[in-house]
Amino acid sequence: MTDQSPAAPGAATLPGDISPDDANTKLRRGARFNGSAVVMTLYLLFLLIPIYWLVNMSLKTNTEILGSFSLWPQNLTLANYETILTDASWYMGYVNSLIYVVMNTVISITVALPAAYAFSRYNFMGDKHLFFWLLTNRMAPPAVFALPFFQLYSSVGLFDTHIAVALAHCLFNVPLAVWILEGFMRGVPKEIDETAYVDGFSFGRFFLKIFMPLISSGIGVAAFFCFMFSWVELLLSRTLTSVDAKPIAATMTRTVGAAGIDWGVLAAAGVLTILPGALVIYFVRNYIAKGFALGRV
Amino acid sequence: MKTDNQKAWFLVLPVLILVAFSAVIPLMTVVNYSVQDTFGSNQFFWAGLTWFDEMLHSERMWNALGRQIVFSGIILAIEVPLGIFVALNMPKKGFWASFCLVLMSLPLLIPWNVVGTIWQIFGRVDIGLLGYTLDALGIDYNYTQGFYAAWATVITMDVWHWTSLVALLAYAGLQSIPDAYYQAAKIDQASRWAVFRYIELPKMRGVLTIAILLRFMDSFKIYTEPFVLTGGGPGNATTFLSIDLVKMALGQFDLGPAAAFSLMYFLVIMVISYVFYIVMTNLDKEEGGK
Repeated sequence: MTDQSPAAPGAATLPGDISPDDANTKLRRGARFNGSAVVMTLYLLFLLIPIYWLVNMSLKTNTEILGSFSLWPQNLTLANYETILTDASWYMGYVNSLIYVVMNTVISITVALPAAYAFSRYNFMGDKHLFFWLLTNRMAPPAVFALPFFQLYSSVGLFDTHIAVALAHCLFNVPLAVWILEGFMRGVPKEIDETAYVDGFSFGRFFLKIFMPLISSGIGVAAFFCFMFSWVELLLSRTLTSVDAKPIAATMTRTVGAAGIDWGVLAAAGVLTILPGALVIYFVRNYIAKGFALGRV
Repeated sequence: MKTDNQKAWFLVLPVLILVAFSAVIPLMTVVNYSVQDTFGSNQFFWAGLTWFDEMLHSERMWNALGRQIVFSGIILAIEVPLGIFVALNMPKKGFWASFCLVLMSLPLLIPWNVVGTIWQIFGRVDIGLLGYTLDALGIDYNYTQGFYAAWATVITMDVWHWTSLVALLAYAGLQSIPDAYYQAAKIDQASRWAVFRYIELPKMRGVLTIAILLRFMDSFKIYTEPFVLTGGGPGNATTFLSIDLVKMALGQFDLGPAAAFSLMYFLVIMVISYVFYIVMTNLDKEEGGK
């Protein structure tokens, strides 16, 4: 990545790169794509160095972290990861997080699909108000909802269960899923629906057999974003759980003990929370802008 | 064109019920608290608008709001130009485009408390690369004690975390410009600046508006990252609205004032969301007109 020359082939086609036959411009172009490569290299370094530092810390022992300062681990150790992967109170944090995140994704997509279809195909009374109201929930600060959620879920006996966190995260994920899916569904011509109905398909069969395959990429992107926003959230998941459904994000505060902070384990736990997102990011790379823009790019 | 169909309500019903359960009921609890007072043991009595009055004259809330606005202003002023600049320099297609997209998205997918942890580990004077280096250079830097160091770290963290979002959206906007525009600019011998000002910027207007509104709104409700990094300190230096609210509601259990605070906070967010909605629907219309 620090090597600039491999970046050249991709970087050569720049927005301003429009006069390849002019010798003078060729010179300028040469200077410019190098410039772009330098800018991108610097920016990516800025993004990756803090992450590298986390990985670096996770591979050191605490004595090394506190005792000496080095840019890479002197005595490479996997002990920190071992601590997490063998201690149930640690790895159950990941399991809990994954359970409520998956639950939330399934619920969000299931209810959002028909609603997004309705918004993309029909006019009905109050549709615009409803669409706007959904958006306000995506924008609402979780801090406002933390205490009421705590009381609501305690009173219905759902406190410290996975489903409570999954339902609470629906607050922002259902609106997000509806907006993203609506954006994708609008791209499907309405003639397809009409043809299917003429051919005698019922709504349910048409939706499952014809329509859903057509927007499968949209469903994938919406699911990814639901997964992600549920995964990165801490305030609500921490407020709604104590032991049985405690998410990894809250478990990480455990590293602060009487003897100070266990930096190595904290860093290893951090690295392990980055992995799920990093693994699937490749598949949605071309839609990621669309997802963040709520389906509006 | 869309057709009128009132039965579409049945398709929306599940969403309506679910979101009503997770949004309307809690919100009504907040409204309830905001007009009542309690001495504990679940005895409530009517307090009218006392709490709203108190919060409107509370120096604490105005200070938090002030810090919040300054913070949002600074990060927008940095992230938007930087994001555009990065987008302009990104490779347009091929392996390196994917390579950049994947790496740039990485910070966006890290849990927010881990973002705080990363910068904690990175910024500490004793073990962090950043803190250690600055210290070695003779700069007095300690984000847990110094006001400016804390602010600089929180802002750098947010820039690190979210600039890629602006860049990705701007990049998506750039990708939609047809080659013919650049060829026309070449025939007119337009300068690089003119190409940017009259071709790229207008074409990016839509996505940039979305990016700015999203960044503004999300920065306005920031909680986890500064909470993990500085805990709102030193003193109250980085106590933004959400941090202050959680302190008040869950820390001190001042339900009445916290609820009144919440409602006013929510109102501000609603107004901004409305602007956002109008902008989005106008963009949709423009798109449909093409």
